[in-house]
Amino acid sequence: MKYIDEYRKKELILSLSEKLKRVSQKEIVLMEVCGGHTMAIHRFGLTSLLPSTILLISGPGCPVCVSSQQFIDKAMAYSKIPGVIITTYGDLIRVPGSSTSLEKERANGSDVRIVYSVLEALDIAKENPDKRIVFLGIGFETTAPLTAAAILSARREKIPNFFVLSAHKIMPPVMKALVAEGVKIDGFIAPGHVSAITGTAIYNDLVTKCGLGVVISGFEPVDMMQSVLMLAEQIEYGKPAVEVQYQRVVQREGNLIAQNILEEVFEFRDDTWRGLGMIPQSGLGIRERLSAFDAERQFSVVVPESTEPKGCICGQILRGLKTPIDCPLFAKKCTPSGPVGACMVSGEGTCATYYKYRS
Amino acid sequence: MCLAIPAKVTSIEGTSALVTIEDVEYKASLLLLTNVQPGDYIMLHAGFAIEKVDAAEAEETLRLLNELNQFTLD
Repeated sequence: MKYIDEYRKKELILSLSEKLKRVSQKEIVLMEVCGGHTMAIHRFGLTSLLPSTILLISGPGCPVCVSSQQFIDKAMAYSKIPGVIITTYGDLIRVPGSSTSLEKERANGSDVRIVYSVLEALDIAKENPDKRIVFLGIGFETTAPLTAAAILSARREKIPNFFVLSAHKIMPPVMKALVAEGVKIDGFIAPGHVSAITGTAIYNDLVTKCGLGVVISGFEPVDMMQSVLMLAEQIEYGKPAVEVQYQRVVQREGNLIAQNILEEVFEFRDDTWRGLGMIPQSGLGIRERLSAFDAERQFSVVVPESTEPKGCICGQILRGLKTPIDCPLFAKKCTPSGPVGACMVSGEGTCATYYKYRS
Repeated sequence: MCLAIPAKVTSIEGTSALVTIEDVEYKASLLLLTNVQPGDYIMLHAGFAIEKVDAAEAEETLRLLNELNQFTLD
């Protein structure tokens, strides 16, 4: 496949590995923020090609994983309202809530439908004018513009029965929160597709205020190895900066159309992340003038206080403090077919990735 | 979740395009990306084209990497 196969060439990966071993002297910890990066690292066995000086830790960049228990419970409450159709991206339906999951509610008769695109949810709304369609809006800056575009389409096409329950979140505040909390991180491998939308400026603070390097990376093994090399060079030479490895996709200013649509539909608000708690101004709520499409403003639900699954260390894993191997439930009580925590549910969750590629 | 895959644009109608990935055809909304021509590669994410693939940049990256590879072999 064009733009994929070229970046999986063994000789390029190995030459990057060689150079990295020559360059890297200091012991450093790099966080790959995005779940897609975690998957690539384990799928292609890249950790075995790194010098012993470099440790990669996984971050909070898996939307299903960081969705709060409260959000999951709220989605469940909506699914129990007669005449409501829940539409959602796949993995979310398997996340255990405080007492049940969307998958179980569906077995009990709730109408829960998996969509590949938010536009399918719009179609479902058009086909079912007597039903209320609630789309579970999860995802970061890559995905939030899609939801925003769908809301604007619903307004343009006067679709009255399409609603969004937004748990959309943005990356920079959580990255800064981890640094502020004291997690040992010497540099970030930054998410490529988030950055394709936002551009590079969102990471400037991490360099100027925290003195950390940031390299925006693609998702193929050559991309990842090159990004690690770029970060190692920044750190060895004491020159932290925001650099783009993923030049073929990420423009410095990002996707301006997507940014404008995001701005038109959403506003920043405080949001709760699983395992991390409330992070100020880290979430995206629907603006007042589009409240006709905001599920929470149109018909609210009351949910009891949510409880996190017992024994699950998802929160520490999302902060890069522990790995799944440290969890007593991992691969025993918690598996992809019977997940306890959200990190085992999503294909790009750290626990699911470790499970799939465990030796 | 933030997964996006390079797809080749085959045709465009209004605000949507037909794209192919390994000969399989998909629909891609162009609500977030304009200035797309048949033959371009776009990144497809959950039914939307979110960015174009810059062919010149892609070649340049590979050229530099191949240089590094030559250098390592020498």
